[in-house]
Amino acid sequence: MNNSVSNTARLLGAGLRALLVLTVLCGVLYPLAVTGVAQAAFRDQANGSEVSSHGKVVGSSLLGQRYDKGTDKAGNPVPDLRYFQPRPSAGLGSNKTNGVNTQYDLQVSGASNQGATNTDLIKAVKERKTWVAKTYGVPASKVPADAVTSSASGLDPDISPEYARLQADRVAKENGLPMATVRKLVTDHISGRALGFMGEPRVNVLELNTALKDLVHSRG
Amino acid sequence: MSPILAGVLQLIALIAALALAYRPLGDYMAAVYSSPKHLRIEKVIYRCIGANADAEMRWPAYLRGVLAFSVVGVLFLYLLQRLQGGMPLSLGFASISPDQAFNTAASFVSNTNWQSYSGEQAMGHVVQTAGLAVQNFVSAATGMAVAIALVRGFARSRTGDLGNFWADLVRGTVRVLIPIAVIGAVVLVACGAVQNFSGIHEVGQFMGGHQQTNGGAIASQEAIKELGTNGGGYFNANSSHPFENPNAFTNLFEIFLILVIPFALTRTFGKLVGNVKQGYAILATMGVIWLGFVALMMWTEFAHGGPALQAAGAAMEGKETRFGVGSSAIFSVSTTLTSTGAVDSFHSSFTAFGGGIQLLGMMLGELAPGGVGSGLYGMLVMAIIAVFIAGLMVGRTPEYLGKKIGTREIKLAACYILITPTLVLGFAAASMVLPDALGSMLNTKALGAGAHGFSEVLYAFTSGGNNNGSAFAGLNANTPWYNTTIGLAMLLGRFLPMVFVLALAGSLAEQQPVPETAGTLRTEKPLFAGLLVGTILIITGLTYFPALALGPLAEGLS
Repeated sequence: MNNSVSNTARLLGAGLRALLVLTVLCGVLYPLAVTGVAQAAFRDQANGSEVSSHGKVVGSSLLGQRYDKGTDKAGNPVPDLRYFQPRPSAGLGSNKTNGVNTQYDLQVSGASNQGATNTDLIKAVKERKTWVAKTYGVPASKVPADAVTSSASGLDPDISPEYARLQADRVAKENGLPMATVRKLVTDHISGRALGFMGEPRVNVLELNTALKDLVHSRG
Repeated sequence: MSPILAGVLQLIALIAALALAYRPLGDYMAAVYSSPKHLRIEKVIYRCIGANADAEMRWPAYLRGVLAFSVVGVLFLYLLQRLQGGMPLSLGFASISPDQAFNTAASFVSNTNWQSYSGEQAMGHVVQTAGLAVQNFVSAATGMAVAIALVRGFARSRTGDLGNFWADLVRGTVRVLIPIAVIGAVVLVACGAVQNFSGIHEVGQFMGGHQQTNGGAIASQEAIKELGTNGGGYFNANSSHPFENPNAFTNLFEIFLILVIPFALTRTFGKLVGNVKQGYAILATMGVIWLGFVALMMWTEFAHGGPALQAAGAAMEGKETRFGVGSSAIFSVSTTLTSTGAVDSFHSSFTAFGGGIQLLGMMLGELAPGGVGSGLYGMLVMAIIAVFIAGLMVGRTPEYLGKKIGTREIKLAACYILITPTLVLGFAAASMVLPDALGSMLNTKALGAGAHGFSEVLYAFTSGGNNNGSAFAGLNANTPWYNTTIGLAMLLGRFLPMVFVLALAGSLAEQQPVPETAGTLRTEKPLFAGLLVGTILIITGLTYFPALALGPLAEGLS
């Protein structure tokens, strides 16, 4: 009995020492070495690919954000239509009232997790579709899927080229810019598939809006 | 180019990359686990452990090593989380509650990485890097060690010796996982993944003002999380978070990291048993199932059935624009057919049949290609069953790789395949009759009259029992009931099968090899691979079909 207790203790001691030494290797040296290489060789990427406009950081090109002009009486954010709008984000978070663009909180990433038969999701998709069609003056059948569904991370930085093109005319009108200019701006900001086949074509909303702001500035 | 064509091309590129890595990596791992030499750093580690790395272990000793190391791992990780509040570099996060800390410790040590917490709101630098990321390495290395022990059982005769657990653990970590993880992490950073220690800081916003955002050792954790088929995300959104997975290339690269070791281990197996064709037969079995599942998933996701997705026009709910439907489908199949559980798109929002495919992938026991190590030993256990069934059909004593499959071997293999279904179906059934457990289902408004809610619970226990860790996240799993029962399912679903695998290895290693005759079933031929696929599908199908009928099938057909 005593023998087996001391054997077990010895074995657990070996296990603990193995864990500690591997913790130093995998839990301290490994992340520090990778951080060292990352900060030396890829400083910009390793620190979140920040985007600056007029000398000020305006966010990360990897993370979506909201473009609102305050909130309405019910406390729901009102989209600022001078700017291109991102996808809806219905992930985790506090503001669950309205269907359209209520979130993009950088510290609560996540998806709606609603299934394809969920009545809340069906209703939200239909409402968003109506809103997009009405706001941008297009038939509902022209509204792309990414405009009415929320993403996996809740922080999707991109929209589809279709959704960006659909918004262009209204954005041009709100900013007093020629439609052709804004349409060209959108076309210039479409990133194709990586190497021609990876992923889907997309438009980075923050970069597009930053360029749009520069355009408005240069004219004003 | 249509999205479907782009999806297919991405699949082809992925297969080509895996094929290129197959032989060099498989041969390298075979050399790692059979080399008599120790590296200098390994000698230092053995001295710290106080272990003689050259001492052979019989199966009970090998098992004791696995269990002792894992018990210590659970306790250490539990304490680390419980004491987080008082530690430096905790980013101001409080200590984790006892049931959640147990759940998380069980989850990472069992290579499951089920998460009932949101990474960005709960875990500081110390727990993430010195706790969770360490288990990402060592739980994977443990799985590989057990697989190698089983392979030695086939390769050796008239001995009970299976190698040395400490040597296998350390070599797997130092020579296989760390080098690939370093390269993987640097590639990810170069493509935009974040790697710093800036913690929580403010970042300016376009419309003015600031928001809080998290920095951290993200890329380094991401690389090993995929490579070790772990899956626990730095952020709640896991690999869909742009800081973890910034673009379409990194997405394919992460799928590659998930699959590369489990597939290459079949080459290692072939090398070690002295017949690489035996490895190809296992590889073919894994490959056929994986490819079949990917094809089915792409078909159902591009068809986007279900009223909400029909109204939207594509299955984009819970998917990122930069990945799209095609590469999200490949990721989701690869993560559920291995024990990974990382997600680049949210499984609960897939089509009902897509959810069924994910569930079935885990229910197969995650062996196509499966977790690092666990996929190979799971598949070899299935091969034993297939050989047995074939033996019954032609009335011959079954044998595999020159070893007789007798009563003892079949009993151990049968115990192995019964464990997870018992855990999964038992706990899911219990949750259906407990009011508290039922209250956690968020999708009770589903048109399928609760079918989606049932799928969520079934998914949670399937994911836990099979050590996957992905979630049909509509379930609020952070309750004492789910934290505790899923924690138990993860531990029992990981370590009980290892007991039977090692016992099996010991029993095989003691045998005298039987000479090959004209009547021997040729287990390196396509016929056997076909038989193996059939055996896997029938065993899983019969076990889980009733439960699947109540969940995804009922929802998809309603």
